[in-house]
Amino acid sequence: MSQPDLAVDALVKRFADHSAVDNLSFTVERGSFFSILGPSGCGKTTLLRMIAGFIAPDSGDIRIGGQSMRGVEPNRRPVNMVFQQLALFPMMSVGENVAFGLARRGVTRAERARRAAAMLERVGLAGAAQKKVDELSGGQRQRVAIARSLVLEPTLLLLDEPLGALDLKLREHMKIELKQLQASFGTTFVYITHDQSEALVLSDRVAVMNRGRFEQLGTPQQLYYTPASAFVAGFVGANNRIVGHLSGQSGEIAEVASAQGWQVHARCSGAISAGAAVEAFVRPEVATLERDASLLPAAHPRYTGVVQSLLFDGANSAVLLTEEKSRFEFRVALPQTGRFADLKVGERVSFAFDPLRAICFAAANGG
Amino acid sequence: MDPFAQRLWRRRLVLTLLLAPALLWLFLLIVLPHVDLALLSLRARVAPRLHHVSLTQYQTFFAEPLYWHIFVRTAVLSAVATALTLLIAFPIAWVITKVAQGRASALLFVVCLIPFWVSETVRALGWLILLRESGVLPALLVRLGITAQPVELLYHDATILTGLVYTSLLFMVVPLVSSLESLDNSLIEAAYDLGASGAAILRKIVIPHAAPGITAGCIVVFMLTLGNYLTPTLLGGKNSQWFTELIYTQFIVRFNWEQGAAFGFLLLALSTAMVALGLRVSGQRFVDVMRRS
Repeated sequence: MSQPDLAVDALVKRFADHSAVDNLSFTVERGSFFSILGPSGCGKTTLLRMIAGFIAPDSGDIRIGGQSMRGVEPNRRPVNMVFQQLALFPMMSVGENVAFGLARRGVTRAERARRAAAMLERVGLAGAAQKKVDELSGGQRQRVAIARSLVLEPTLLLLDEPLGALDLKLREHMKIELKQLQASFGTTFVYITHDQSEALVLSDRVAVMNRGRFEQLGTPQQLYYTPASAFVAGFVGANNRIVGHLSGQSGEIAEVASAQGWQVHARCSGAISAGAAVEAFVRPEVATLERDASLLPAAHPRYTGVVQSLLFDGANSAVLLTEEKSRFEFRVALPQTGRFADLKVGERVSFAFDPLRAICFAAANGG
Repeated sequence: MDPFAQRLWRRRLVLTLLLAPALLWLFLLIVLPHVDLALLSLRARVAPRLHHVSLTQYQTFFAEPLYWHIFVRTAVLSAVATALTLLIAFPIAWVITKVAQGRASALLFVVCLIPFWVSETVRALGWLILLRESGVLPALLVRLGITAQPVELLYHDATILTGLVYTSLLFMVVPLVSSLESLDNSLIEAAYDLGASGAAILRKIVIPHAAPGITAGCIVVFMLTLGNYLTPTLLGGKNSQWFTELIYTQFIVRFNWEQGAAFGFLLLALSTAMVALGLRVSGQRFVDVMRRS
């Protein structure tokens, strides 16, 4: 394996009353798309700004391309950043924006214009060099911001929630475009976002960050199917969260009794002592729905619920049920065959899920 | 009349009424006196109570080297005072908008404002107390052993400039603060991130962004300085040789209103020309600049 493009070692940054980044260590492989996913205030922006050089860490080291960045100013780092609001220079043309960094490196005017034009062509904006920034659409600005950084051939490109300001449709489109850009340039991307869908779609590896620490670092599939903590299970993808205590255990299957008195079964993550407070997670698509209970898989425990509301959203449609005995609110994904298109609010239905595909964690003490 | 036209007519009436005080003010106090002054400047007295249309007043100005000298001197010193004010005000505005946070920023602004709570006369008299031969600063220089005898710090060009810069500072700081406030910090960071040094950021990002504010401040300060009478007279004494003094002399001492009016128009022409030149050089549009000031 080649040397990592980014190596963060025991990095700490404390602000007055809390640690924004709490003793973090990780590496990012060359040419990969690495995302840091976390809620706002989890410290991801502080981490990114430390990598860019805008904030000095209290302790620990950041190595980029093998070089320690201690004491290196942002304008001397082999790192470029795409800002949340893009920060294109409104006083310059698109071409001047892209050539800005080259000019600072003393590249001649003719060479600058040539390289800027070539870069604009690569991001699909051929001939836009003379345009003003405010003549571009949101997606085009995005591409200029990326082109402006990539033209400098950085070791690392940092992206600070660059899709946050776009509307939904454009955001979906730009996700695909970003992934293709990264693949074609082969530059290492470090991307921060609070949008789990962006992180899952784009990344080779994702770190889920919470309170200055990584809860889990892995591929999007690992995060989704085998979350390492209750936080990850709750944050990545939709999940039904059942809070209760461990009322029994057979092998790796735990029996969880919810506070409302619902008994469910889920696979244990790690050793949990009997009677301990637990959180179980069941994904909406793991459960199956039937009007006739006898059609449900015989091996799985069955439950009955009443349809409370229908959440129609095309392929992501789901139904919100109230489990009959405990009044627990449970979300089940609807099959895409349209078989339940005629489901009505108030209807009684049966549902079941495979306990091996549900997961149970000891509740984090102290919250 | 159909209801739509009626509503339009009513709206126009309201607009006219609302604008009426400002328009009256402009007409009565600016346009009317200037028309009269223009007529005054274009006549010559041939006998008591007898005047002819003539360009004599303007010819006198061009024929008399002293008038010329004072005219050019006033323009040059005003330009120097404007440049100095900009150089001093820019760092102040930068600190207020980008360095100081919250209360400190507001406090700094108030510090700039405080001198304007007292009248210009009192401020100029304050300078007199500080700078005259028997004043505070010369005494301090003697006490520190820098000069053997108290020196007269008044009545120099540098004194006039100091007074003018002090008087004008706020009028430069305000437009600069408003234009720097609208500069997004992430633009500065982005430029830094793309490899720019501090000087390059100032030249390529900050100054182009603040250009309308800089131009607005310079125009206001230049006009105020050019038309200032009190500060040059008090701080420069007989040596001040400021063009406004010349106008004052013609009107009040010599009672030669025709000549004074001509001088007034020459000063107006000068400030108009300098503003046009400034706009041309900085590549700004007057409308954009005035929106900033």
